[in-house]
Amino acid sequence: MFIYADHAATTKILPCALEVYNKTCEEFYGNPSSLHTAGQRAKEILEKSREEIASILNAAPREIYFTSGGSEADNQAILSAAYAGAKKGKKKILSTAIEHHAVLHTLDKLKREGFEIVLLPVGHEGIVKAEDVKNAIDDETALVSVMLANNEIGTLQPVEEIGEICREKGVLFHTDAVQAVGHIPVDVQKIKCDYLALSAHKFGGPKGVGVIYARKGAPLSPLIEGGAQEKGKRAGTEDLPAIAAMSAALKASIADMGATSALLKRLQAKLIDGLERIPHSSLNGDRTRRLFGNVSFCFEGCEGEALLLYLDDEGICASSGSACTSGSLDPSHVLLAIGRVHDVAHGSLRLTLGPENTEADVDYLLEKIPEVVEKVRSFSPVWRDLKEGRRQYIL
Amino acid sequence: MSLYSEKVMDHFRHPRNVGIIEDADGVGEVGNAKCGDIMKMYIKVKDGILTDVKFETFGCGSAIASSSMATEMIKGQPLSEALKLTNKAVTEALGGLPAYKLHCSVLAEQAVQAAILDYYKRNNIPYDPEEFKCALCAHEHDHTADDGDET
Ligand SMILES: Cc1ncc(COP(=O)(O)O)c(C=O)c1O
Ligand SMILES: [Zn+2]
Repeated sequence: MFIYADHAATTKILPCALEVYNKTCEEFYGNPSSLHTAGQRAKEILEKSREEIASILNAAPREIYFTSGGSEADNQAILSAAYAGAKKGKKKILSTAIEHHAVLHTLDKLKREGFEIVLLPVGHEGIVKAEDVKNAIDDETALVSVMLANNEIGTLQPVEEIGEICREKGVLFHTDAVQAVGHIPVDVQKIKCDYLALSAHKFGGPKGVGVIYARKGAPLSPLIEGGAQEKGKRAGTEDLPAIAAMSAALKASIADMGATSALLKRLQAKLIDGLERIPHSSLNGDRTRRLFGNVSFCFEGCEGEALLLYLDDEGICASSGSACTSGSLDPSHVLLAIGRVHDVAHGSLRLTLGPENTEADVDYLLEKIPEVVEKVRSFSPVWRDLKEGRRQYIL
Repeated sequence: MSLYSEKVMDHFRHPRNVGIIEDADGVGEVGNAKCGDIMKMYIKVKDGILTDVKFETFGCGSAIASSSMATEMIKGQPLSEALKLTNKAVTEALGGLPAYKLHCSVLAEQAVQAAILDYYKRNNIPYDPEEFKCALCAHEHDHTADDGDET
């Protein structure tokens, strides 16, 4: 048995995307900046990909800039808005406690440079309140950055409301939509965002390629200097095979979205119901306002990395927010932000399903996960203390 | 290629000396749930020899494998020898650990010392605090691992 249940980490490239990738390598190897025929044919593919992606996001092609992925797009959006704000004396940035490190570490850097960073809470359900964003915006605020869907617990943030508020108040708004694009409808006009980040490998495209959407007129400064590519906002010869394959993967994901969502909704419900039967377990984040593929749990008295390794032995690929899996001392900042105490947060398991998963996969997961949780608990001194009453159950 | 060596995985998959000793002569618990790993070591002592050792661990692969290996290395040994067990020796016996996982294996050395210290204290046996540096300073170890990659 081999079950890949870590689609939030990355996905297998879709056959149609791989085909486009190979074809582009072989047939359109010219440099899009070259004047000759080979270059201009490559340029055509580049602009066609830009148009296709723009159309799916309801953006204009000139608002789409290709990057090396989600991290770069997040960095560029935030730094561009921050430095533009600073020029007008606005040095405050609002975000949430559950953003990806591509956002949080960029904000840390700005903090060291004298910016004021406010991370809004998300409550137990893992969702920021638009009202809190509204109340926190003041004359000093240069940017609001709120992700569309969280990568660990899958919770969906009220980005349309937040976009509306930011537009009204004249504050720039960035949304990290890396986990959302290709999985749920994303429309930049509805969200009213000024920036949006996406990454191809989360929806069946290749790794190392993504997009920053920057609304016309939104400040955008290059992270990489050196050439006139991407209107001077991102130097470097374009990774055309990856860009074309990203566009193909996005089109295919959108075409299958209805069927995939229906499947994942069903599998998710079954998986959550089944895992909730494990004693002293709890779903992380709001049950309904989340991505269909995401099932994130904490199991008390059970350490996450041990769980993952035993599951791997059973052919199950999953992930965890325990400290030991990340190599840091603290468990996931997302789990801490939704109020999980350290002890509990160490026992987390994230399963993220994708279109190739089946009912049979979920049956297998529901057979193996309870066994493995029991095994890890069987030699856990924490579990013994809980069982024998020397420690109070939290879950 | 996997995260851990075959030896580590063997001890992780089949931990030796797992469990508790009801009438233990010494018990040591180190680590805390805050930092992610807890190890509890139980010992039986007869004539200065560790006749039995058992452990329970809440922790990662590195923590589980190190505790398992540590119990194998000290079982049947005189207390004086067991006290000389180092994190380095455990790690070497395991065929190495990833650098950022070393701090989890330090707990094994601490747990052994803590259990022996408990035995000495219970029996009012005088001891040299120098020999228990590790158990006594538990938690003051260098925990400077970076954040991992997030996916
Ligand atoms: C929410 C979120 N933002 C940003 C990223 C970074 O994307 P990339 O891996 O393309 O740099 C990821 C993926 O790891 C993510 O899940
Ligand atoms: Zn560990």
